[in-house]
Amino acid sequence: VAARGCGGVWRRARQRGAGQPGSGLGPFPRGQRAVACNARGGAVPAGKSGLAPWVPVVGLEIHAQISSNSKLFSGSQVQFAAPPNSLVSFFDASLPGTLPVLNRRCVEAAVMTGLALNCSINKKSLFDRKHYFYADLPAGYQITQQRVPIAVNGSLSYSLCIDNKMRQMVTKTVRIKQIQLEQDSGKSLHDDTRSQTLVDLNRAGVGLMEVVMEPDMCCGEEAAAAVRELQLILQTLGSSQAVMAEGQLRVDANVSVHHPGEPYGVRTEVKNINSIRFLAKAIDYEIQRQIEELENGGTILNETRAFDSKLGCTVPMRDKEGKQDYRFMPEPNLPPLILYDAKSLPANMNHQQVINIDWIHERLPDLPSVKRKKLVEQYGILPEHSFTLLNEDGLAEFFESVVKQTQMKPKKVIGWILKDLLSYLKQHSLTVKESPVSSFLLADLLNLLEKKEISSTAAKQVLAELWKGEGKTPLEIVKEQKLELLQDQKELEQICQVVIDGHKNE
Amino acid sequence: QKVSVEVLEHLEHLALVDFRDAEGVERLQKAIQFADQLHEVNTDGVEPMDSVLEDRCLYLREDDVTEGNCTKELLENAREKVEEYFVAPPGNIPLPKLEERETFLQGS
Repeated sequence: VAARGCGGVWRRARQRGAGQPGSGLGPFPRGQRAVACNARGGAVPAGKSGLAPWVPVVGLEIHAQISSNSKLFSGSQVQFAAPPNSLVSFFDASLPGTLPVLNRRCVEAAVMTGLALNCSINKKSLFDRKHYFYADLPAGYQITQQRVPIAVNGSLSYSLCIDNKMRQMVTKTVRIKQIQLEQDSGKSLHDDTRSQTLVDLNRAGVGLMEVVMEPDMCCGEEAAAAVRELQLILQTLGSSQAVMAEGQLRVDANVSVHHPGEPYGVRTEVKNINSIRFLAKAIDYEIQRQIEELENGGTILNETRAFDSKLGCTVPMRDKEGKQDYRFMPEPNLPPLILYDAKSLPANMNHQQVINIDWIHERLPDLPSVKRKKLVEQYGILPEHSFTLLNEDGLAEFFESVVKQTQMKPKKVIGWILKDLLSYLKQHSLTVKESPVSSFLLADLLNLLEKKEISSTAAKQVLAELWKGEGKTPLEIVKEQKLELLQDQKELEQICQVVIDGHKNE
Repeated sequence: QKVSVEVLEHLEHLALVDFRDAEGVERLQKAIQFADQLHEVNTDGVEPMDSVLEDRCLYLREDDVTEGNCTKELLENAREKVEEYFVAPPGNIPLPKLEERETFLQGS
């Protein structure tokens, strides 16, 4: 598989100065990259002479909270902020005599996600128990799909820019090993002062899709781009809202390094990563840490480490020493999950009890990659532009709305959207929905420009005025500030004559 | 065949059981012997059965909110609570290592 991974060989990191920015959001990292990954796959010699180059290997385990009204195996509500232990049923609290009942919507979400990631959907999948003790896991086990998950063997394509000018983009693919349905655990609030943990089970039992990505990535930037694309796909499908800040998307990274041609090195698992930016930082730090450790003659422990965002480093995690023995066993209370397609649809079954993979496939919305292609084809904009449009919630719709309302060519409109509007929004930390300049107002302004009633400099001035959100129309502002372009030839000649006359004596 | 002390200690850690005395260990060994009888059956080419429910239909529930809102009832069972949270120790309290425990397993 040609595009898999970058075969990237690690260059010695540039000196980390204070305040050096890490990889940014999406495929366009802002500022310098802390570590460079050779995207072309050629061998790059390491900084220290005589030392063999290093190949970093990065795999990801992503937990996406399913967007549903109720939990995976019970009828209690799924909601982010609620009074502690108010969204908990007897089953969620693991009281004796309760049984799991599978939520249909969660299965549909997993099937949609599997199809969007080009997976094979297993028509028969099984549930298992994964045992471990923790205060926020009242049953002492998690119901998951270890033996036969709902979807396997997919792929995710994502794009990266390989130079800092954001011009050249390259498409990469990461293999999806599997997608499985499983329960979320409750939340533990650590109260160190009183040496106790407070447990809230509102989250216990919420449906999760675990997406396992094979170790086809080689650096923080690739991992960040892959996760960003997955996030966009999940949001487009509606199977998860995938907001990392609300814990709806959690990523654990598996990192190791080795010399080319040698077997893979010992890997560490990095947890506690709260944003896509930190994901790239954490991975790059861990790669560097492992290289330094090994070059100094040390060894890498197969351990779990937490990312400390304040210090920008990874530290060994408490309570996770040593390899866990989860004693997997089949979940005795749940029969196999059977899914159907058009061919295997049973004749005499209640529709509500049947999930048809083909029916779901036919109704999948356009995925981000398809939307981008359509934008490029329909409007003649550059691929990089389509990325930025989709990267910002609501921006693509805003752009299309402006194009509909103006005579200006889309290729010119895009400049106003991406340079002027977007930079204003970013400066003031506003979302597209919160923009004081509506698509109607912007289109109005661009029409004035297109009809040559104002100059482009004047248009920028008007936009700055519109930004204040005082309710004036572009035409009103133009009149107020006398920004109209003179069209009358005679008037222009007169003005030029006055200027020339005024300088006759110089 | 006897179960080793290492395995017994590992099981005590994983399952937080206490074999307590020779009789407890003996009971475990008899249980293993009982299950080992399964090896007398030739299962070559036979798909393992993992549940007696395998022929049943897995019931799918509609995505409606039908439960919850019973904080008071749930907390009634808690020995300790703070506002509406359950209280637990700061982290897992690991079972001390074999050498540090007073257990008959040491003598085995």
